[in-house]
Amino acid sequence: MFQTILLIIIAATFSQNFILVKFLGICPFLGVSKKTSSAFSMGIAVTLVMVIATLVTFPLYMYVLKPLNIAYLEIIFFIFIIAALVQMLEKIIAKISPALYQSMGIYLPLITTNCAILGVAEIVLVDELTAVVSGVAAGTLMNLGFALLYALFAGVGFTLAMVLMGGVRERMEKLPVAKCMKGFPITMVAASFMAMAFYVFTLIA
Amino acid sequence: MNKFGKIAIDGLVTNNASFKLVLGTCAALGMSATAIGGLGMGLSVTVVLLISNVLISLLRKVIPNTVRIPAFVVIIATLVTLLRFFLDKFLPDLYETMGVFLPLIVVNCMILGRAEAFASKQPVLDSAIDGVATGLGFTLALTVMGIIRELLGNGSLFGVKLWDFTIGFFSKSAGAFFVYGICIALFVFITDRVEKAFRAKRSQKLRVPDGIAPLEAPETSQAKEEA
Repeated sequence: MFQTILLIIIAATFSQNFILVKFLGICPFLGVSKKTSSAFSMGIAVTLVMVIATLVTFPLYMYVLKPLNIAYLEIIFFIFIIAALVQMLEKIIAKISPALYQSMGIYLPLITTNCAILGVAEIVLVDELTAVVSGVAAGTLMNLGFALLYALFAGVGFTLAMVLMGGVRERMEKLPVAKCMKGFPITMVAASFMAMAFYVFTLIA
Repeated sequence: MNKFGKIAIDGLVTNNASFKLVLGTCAALGMSATAIGGLGMGLSVTVVLLISNVLISLLRKVIPNTVRIPAFVVIIATLVTLLRFFLDKFLPDLYETMGVFLPLIVVNCMILGRAEAFASKQPVLDSAIDGVATGLGFTLALTVMGIIRELLGNGSLFGVKLWDFTIGFFSKSAGAFFVYGICIALFVFITDRVEKAFRAKRSQKLRVPDGIAPLEAPETSQAKEEA
């Protein structure tokens, strides 16, 4: 049991890293990673929405859509739930803590149509976890607890990659770069080197 | 060049979704490991983009402005659901390869972007051409990346084995970022050169030493027509 949890944590954070291995949530990775501080806030906001979205979409799929035989409508349901959740969360954070809203809430509207959120909601449905954790029968990890664990640490991995990229880009600003490599190309090449580092984790887990 | 040609060139080259605007990056990185994957993903997006552009353009006077984004999202999500049925039934191999990236076409910024920026304001035929051109520009970018990565990473092309020499780097995620970055840089470099050459030629033809004045004139008249 403990081993399973540990394996899921390592897989979600490192070896199946959302940005650098699975290519989900690339837009904020390229757009909001100019500074470490904003990258961190964005990462936390995404993590929060990922967990809350999974908390709603997973039971909805398992206990409502599947028994009613309308599982094929999942995309339409999910995208609306995520959009509504993000709006709600924004209002709640603005009411409870204006300081937190200033630092994090401004990123919330940006992540409604973020691949990472819909991605995690879809991935926990396709029984991917059994492929990651060896020696477990198919379907045994399809419960809300593991889904939430996966969502949480996928968010942690997302935040990690964002902050690392923020650090790299802060340094890169000062470097002389060829004109055609400025902006996206050089960022992509930097991301490529980071992905190489993360590839090592796929060999151990 | 007429209006439709301009829209087509704009979507295919000057505002290429992948290499110039850098939209839909997740799909471009995730589906470019093979040429077939890139082509399949690109064509799927093209079909969704064409139909969504046409529908949104038809409904542009019906949809109230305040709820336009949710309305666009419903249309796109429905189309992707239908596409999923279609691929599951007729192209199961491609369906398997696309995996999670198939439902993620819904949140491809390119489709919502074209709906918001173009189809919600322009007539049906223009929107259809814009959808096809933007989609094919995306397809072209993905296929080029797929060919490069498959050749170097797998030694094959469209699934046909060519040689045994492979560089594992290119079929991994690191290779995806690297190839995408280099492709953007090359695209920007080449289009810049071509544009400069084109301008120089044009200003020479008009026999004006400084090419700025004659270049501005046709563009503004075109813009007035569109407005």
